[in-house]
Amino acid sequence: MKRRTILAGAVAALALTTGAFADGHAKTKVGFIFVGPVGDGGWTYEHNQGRLAVEAEFGDKVETIFQESVPEGADAERVITQMALSGADLIFTTSFGYMDPTNAVAAKFPKVKFEHATGYKRADNVSTYSARFYEGRAVQGHIAGKMTKTNKVGYIASFPIPEVIRGINAAYIHAKKVNPDVEFSVVWAYTWFDPAKEADAATALIEQGADVILQHTDSTAPQAAAQKAGNVITFGQASDMSEYAPMPRVSSIIDNWAPYYIERVKAVMDGTWESTDTWDGIGPGMVGIGEISDAVPADVKAEALALKDSLADGSYHPFTGPLKKQDGSDWLAEGETADDGTLAGMNFYVEGITGDIPN
Amino acid sequence: MDLSAISPTLLLASLMVAATPILLAALGELVVEKSGVLNLGVEGMMITGAICGFAIAVETGSPVFGFIAAALGGALLSLIFGLLTQYLLSNQVATGLALTLFGLGLSSLLGQGYVGIRPPAVEKLNFGPLADIPFIGRVLFTHDLMVYLTLALCVGTWAVLKFTRAGLILRAVGENHDAAHALGYKVVKVRLLAIMFGGACAGLGGAYLSLIRVPQWTEGMTAGAGWIALAIVVFASWRPLRVLLGAYLFGGVTVLQLNLQAAGLAIPVEYLSMSPYLITIAVLVIMSAPRKGGKARASLAAPACLGRAFHASH
Repeated sequence: MKRRTILAGAVAALALTTGAFADGHAKTKVGFIFVGPVGDGGWTYEHNQGRLAVEAEFGDKVETIFQESVPEGADAERVITQMALSGADLIFTTSFGYMDPTNAVAAKFPKVKFEHATGYKRADNVSTYSARFYEGRAVQGHIAGKMTKTNKVGYIASFPIPEVIRGINAAYIHAKKVNPDVEFSVVWAYTWFDPAKEADAATALIEQGADVILQHTDSTAPQAAAQKAGNVITFGQASDMSEYAPMPRVSSIIDNWAPYYIERVKAVMDGTWESTDTWDGIGPGMVGIGEISDAVPADVKAEALALKDSLADGSYHPFTGPLKKQDGSDWLAEGETADDGTLAGMNFYVEGITGDIPN
Repeated sequence: MDLSAISPTLLLASLMVAATPILLAALGELVVEKSGVLNLGVEGMMITGAICGFAIAVETGSPVFGFIAAALGGALLSLIFGLLTQYLLSNQVATGLALTLFGLGLSSLLGQGYVGIRPPAVEKLNFGPLADIPFIGRVLFTHDLMVYLTLALCVGTWAVLKFTRAGLILRAVGENHDAAHALGYKVVKVRLLAIMFGGACAGLGGAYLSLIRVPQWTEGMTAGAGWIALAIVVFASWRPLRVLLGAYLFGGVTVLQLNLQAAGLAIPVEYLSMSPYLITIAVLVIMSAPRKGGKARASLAAPACLGRAFHASH
């Protein structure tokens, strides 16, 4: 008991010190927790680009620290605690699986600000932020549906969380719209980053007849596997992955975190930081669509760009009724669009997708 | 569900490719452990081999030089472990773990300029008409040279350990280093050579990942393959041909579960995903279950001096 009291005291003292730093007496220290290595060429790479943009923007006034390849779960809590203890004023935890660890650490360090990516649990000192990747998935689905010759689209999914399921649904709806015969095969890799496994998953899908591979994992390995197989198209995930253009990579979803990171660091410096929930899409520029390569026929490219524009100006929502759930029950009526609450907690497939979501 | 979408031919063919990196690393570690040394740094040596091989293959344009560099890189890294544990008598477990961490860091440093570059392609061997034999042709005769070299290495390791004087000396050193020393064998030298062989094999395994199986360089790309290789050595109770079986079993289940998922099998994905690891654990438990007489099977097969430091006092 006694030891615990001492520890709590130490933590409180440290929290006070970090609070003092936040008042602007010294450099603002910004920490980042990454799920993969910064050189993954995808998800973590783009978050690190955001970190570098913060450094470029604020120069001497800011100090950034980061820890890469932090496993989701109990280890994450230790790493985040360590970062808070080392005097960080603002900590970005950049993967869904850090949600509970982030909130647990945040409760112990009320003066430190936390920003959790892609989650939904907030507190006074925990904000959440995410991008509407599903808008990009709609564009991918459109191109995939138009381009597939075998009518089989392979999808390498990571974990069965709402963000990933939204992506599968958005891609499927828009592929189905332009190609009623299209089928999706979903492989759950249960990892964000394991190049060998991602390559194997892509190979398995290709061997079973898929000629379009969509991925929701972070490495470029599926791109390499598709290239080896030939005649298979892919899309860059999280980062442009343009080194695989024009074939197999025909387009991409690019995450652009830099403006958000700069804005939030600024808010901490000015003392105006508040717990918020940010969810931006193509319109505000948090989601970018990478250049559609010449491997895509001109008319398909024009349609895809028109779809992108309608998503950007808000005239079209990727989840617009009539839509049914996989079990055939009604979800959205004609013309109705999905609300953010449903999307944030999406745990069902739309009608037409085969297979079950693991739970 | 459409199981007919899974072609057993293609499945077996991809199994052979998927198993090759762990097979190489496990064979190397088997020789190391047979000499009585426990090197837990396989993961670190693999990833160092992966980047050394990748970098040299890209710079020279030749995958062959890449593989040679990978073997050298792995061997050099293992030499650090060898010097620390054999001459300075550091703790093998701690040094091995440190080697893994060091290898992961070193490889990401070396790999800074190689992210997103494509390596020169490795040609598949052309067996002419053999490859046209139905089923067998596609499974056995459509691979790159490394797959066959690895198989040859496996048989070679078995033969050397079982039939040659060199193999006998290696085993003697691993079973009882004091007796081997008394007979005049250079225990430390034999062990150093074994450690370097292990490092070279792990390096080749890593390069197979970065040059052929994936093929590209990304940090942390071995993603635990080195640890699986370590488990497979125990699984195989220190026998080379069983290492082959273990690696193919693990590679096979890994590939099969992805194929079953793609075909839409109704088994929950979680079970499929963990199946390679579950099977490895299950076999490990069976292997180490006590037999008549009370000794565990695995401990019966383990080299008696495994993990023990040797210091000649005279």
